[in-house]
Amino acid sequence: MNIIKFLESFTNEGMINSLNTKGSRRDSFTQLQKMGSVAAMAAIPFGLSAFLAPAKANTTTTFFGPTETPTEALQLALILEYLEDEFYAMALDSGIIPSADQAIIAQIAKHENAHVNFLKSALADAAPEKPTFDFTAGGNFDPFNDYPTLLALAQAFEDTGVRAYKGQAGNLISNGDLLTAALQIHSVEAMHASQIRRLRGQKGWIIGSDRGGLPDAAQAVYTGEENVMQAGFDTSMVGNFGSGSASESFDEPMTGAVATNIASLFIV
Amino acid sequence: MKKVQVEEVKPLHSRRSFLRISGIALAGAGLVVAGCSSDDDKAPADNQAPGVRNGVFDLGGGDLGILTYAYALEQLEADFYTRVVNSNTFGSTFNSEEQSVLTDLYRHEVIHREFFKAAISGVITNENQLLPALEFDYGSLSFSNRTQVLATAKTLEDTGVAAYNGAGRYITTPDYLVLAGKIVSVEARHASAIRSLINPGSTDFAGDDVVTASNGLGQAIKPSGIIAAVSALDVIQTPFTAQFLP
Repeated sequence: MNIIKFLESFTNEGMINSLNTKGSRRDSFTQLQKMGSVAAMAAIPFGLSAFLAPAKANTTTTFFGPTETPTEALQLALILEYLEDEFYAMALDSGIIPSADQAIIAQIAKHENAHVNFLKSALADAAPEKPTFDFTAGGNFDPFNDYPTLLALAQAFEDTGVRAYKGQAGNLISNGDLLTAALQIHSVEAMHASQIRRLRGQKGWIIGSDRGGLPDAAQAVYTGEENVMQAGFDTSMVGNFGSGSASESFDEPMTGAVATNIASLFIV
Repeated sequence: MKKVQVEEVKPLHSRRSFLRISGIALAGAGLVVAGCSSDDDKAPADNQAPGVRNGVFDLGGGDLGILTYAYALEQLEADFYTRVVNSNTFGSTFNSEEQSVLTDLYRHEVIHREFFKAAISGVITNENQLLPALEFDYGSLSFSNRTQVLATAKTLEDTGVAAYNGAGRYITTPDYLVLAGKIVSVEARHASAIRSLINPGSTDFAGDDVVTASNGLGQAIKPSGIIAAVSALDVIQTPFTAQFLP
């Protein structure tokens, strides 16, 4: 994935949002100035930025390795849960959540925090430390001052979480207890995803590889979701419902590498 | 369907005696394995194929048993939503958002049902191993009653999520595990949507009744528990057994 393109596209979306909500040209001008430096930062290969932060180097190396063993699968899961946990905690602190949605966001935050504690306890000494997150991706967008941006990021995180857990199921097949726990978290992420999508006026399920109103750069979250061939069976042939319904009926897995790339955009 | 089942009885008598003999051999092997592995015994035996036993269809054991179990559940969900969207009062009972959600769920569940039928048909060694089309009766449920329909949808979706979560550990083929994973998250998306239609703006979309507050885990129930719960609904009219499923 092209990280710079991802950031630029989110930036454009952020500018549109700030123009719509604040009507201020200065906001968008400031964001435009920030873009250059953020793009430069994003261009640093991730391995190098890990090297630049020696205190976290070991943790980062472990996490960004291939996800093959049950431990590695859960380490990836914990990083994603850290991200969601901190994101929703900051969302609740932001004061911008409309009262009508407050109970929903608080319920999701409660679950993500419980997932972090559960996975930390399951991994024990193998648990990676919490990374430092930047949900503005270097000041490019403003989720905690702009509610539509907050929900857009939440959707990206939840839909990514569903796909990432699914992608790790095979790595947990040797351990029934861990597999079951991961499936139990996976289904909760899907319940969150459906609700967040519906708050945004989207369907609760993913149609083809449609981003559901997210900017171009979020395409990596949805690429592959258009699949309609399941175990050699063309699900789009059922009942003349077409490929849209067929793709909605099955969520697709995401590799650890893709999930890692997406999470990396929000890790300092 | 029932005629086919009756005809099945004859050849099955010989299969049943074979079953008994190999059952002893299996028990012996189990003792040996027990000493060196703490894993659940996941090895499906050939004699656990789905099919009619004593005049009643048994879902079978092993991966094929789990697939057949999922096929039975998807038949139930698909039948329910088919009746919901084909009700004469569908357009007046539900608002447009509810109609949109219920129509999507109807399509998804029919697709799931047809997928399992095709997947099972592709791996069974004779067509009598395919679970027949089940018959359903919803008793006093009124398809013109919004509250009743949504409550039933909630029960079915919650059951589906718990069933797939609980069955995952008994699947030995990685491809089947991923396929179950592809479906369970869609069932969970359904459960969330139905729950929010019933009680919008609340925590019910992922309520404490289905997600344990202390650890954030959704429900996982093994097949025997799900089958008991579904039987209690008294909707499935076609008898079947699940003597080889955990």
